[in-house]
Amino acid sequence: MSEERKLPPEAKQYQKLHAKREIKRPVVKNCIKAFLVGGTICTLGQAITTFYIYFFDFTEKTAGNPTVATLIIITMFLTGFGLYDPLGQFAGAGTAIPVTGFANAVISSAIEHRTEGFIQGVGSNMLKLAGPVIVYGVFTAFLIAIVKTVVTNILGL
Amino acid sequence: MLAGKNSWVFPNRPVIIATGIVGGPFEARGKLASYFDKLNDDIWLEENSFEKAQRKLFEQACEITLNKSGINKEQVNYFIAGDLINQITPTTFTARTLEIPYFGLFSACATSMEGLALAAYFVNSGGAEYVLTGTASHNAATERQFRYPTEYGGQKPPTAQWTVTGAGCALVAKQGKGPVITRATIGKVVDLGLSDPFNMGGAMAPAAVDTIIRHFTDFNLSPNEYDLIITGDLGKIGLAATYDLLREKGFQIGEEQIVDCGLSIYGDDQKVQAGASGTASSAVATYGYFLEKLKSGELNSLLVVATGSLHSPLSVQQNETIPCIAHAVAIERSSIT
Repeated sequence: MSEERKLPPEAKQYQKLHAKREIKRPVVKNCIKAFLVGGTICTLGQAITTFYIYFFDFTEKTAGNPTVATLIIITMFLTGFGLYDPLGQFAGAGTAIPVTGFANAVISSAIEHRTEGFIQGVGSNMLKLAGPVIVYGVFTAFLIAIVKTVVTNILGL
Repeated sequence: MLAGKNSWVFPNRPVIIATGIVGGPFEARGKLASYFDKLNDDIWLEENSFEKAQRKLFEQACEITLNKSGINKEQVNYFIAGDLINQITPTTFTARTLEIPYFGLFSACATSMEGLALAAYFVNSGGAEYVLTGTASHNAATERQFRYPTEYGGQKPPTAQWTVTGAGCALVAKQGKGPVITRATIGKVVDLGLSDPFNMGGAMAPAAVDTIIRHFTDFNLSPNEYDLIITGDLGKIGLAATYDLLREKGFQIGEEQIVDCGLSIYGDDQKVQAGASGTASSAVATYGYFLEKLKSGELNSLLVVATGSLHSPLSVQQNETIPCIAHAVAIERSSIT
């Protein structure tokens, strides 16, 4: 909670009692599962990259884009067929952190809001979950670019 | 009739003459599957939105209740109902279909017992001959409003609960065959500062305890007056906390005396974290399963305490804590069979 709340003693007492009953998240188990599933997704990504470099005219630098596109398409199918949701429940951060998690956030929102139409539904809500990532991603990139410009062009380091 | 401070006693013994319980495919795999009147095998119910699917569930439950009772909908004086979706529109559309004068309720998952208490009060006082009451919830419609899109792969903590897809209705009448409603206690909003919407059971337990204690105080009853105390959707954490709190307050309660609807609906193999929730949780389990137990004579009396968290997605985002409520209705086996 952001602001300090003055809790009545009864509430404090109950929260103590409740804390004993609350089932805690199995953090260690979740981390191991996230590591394994997230690692598998990254390994798959690496395999796709290698595939593009080996069989097509891509370099290590340019193979990134088609790799991401392929992972997004796979996620699209998994989300559409209702398989990404149970996978996410199992893997947690393992499926949320890679690009597939971002894709799932966009695709699931798009599917969900189809009932309100293409403009007010899909269009307005598609980035509901992924929006903050874009907003703060772009903002952070902007800050870093300023720092880089100052350091290289003005200070001449 | 007022009893004690905030309770009603119903000397004219309003009767629940018929009930209707419907569910979805996930409920069909649960422990209470055989008690449903109808189980739909598609969560969309052939509709194009989850909200419409919820409306259809509700309409099915109302229709089944009326069919079983043999009463025409023209004979029903009032429809008292509500649900969880914004501005309770699924209930409103159901009322539009029914064409019965309508009171819309919002008590989140405590709506079922708020409706039953009011229905009993109306019938007992002669304000109505037949009152239809009930509620519906839909897992996907609730998920998308309160949490994330249904296909979003977020990880739910073990304290989270699974919203029941289903609807439960009861027709309360002046006389007839069936279990009778004897007492009711109206809950007050209790908020002990918990703010995690993924742990509603823990937040609601103090509301349940408050209503239970006030019920027994208002009527001056001993804790073993009822065969069972049925709670709506406290789940594992809420139920354990309720036992703790009641004992802490010196209320002598037996080990297995409180049974939670949220822990009765789904099987152990169905991964629903801490249990079931949703307005339909208490309605489906009470009107379906527990009333059957009264009719068959396995149980004689019940106190049903439906619990609700009254937060909204907005209030949670604005860092408000979760206000909770619980309404209690006592139902007994009737000697007329």
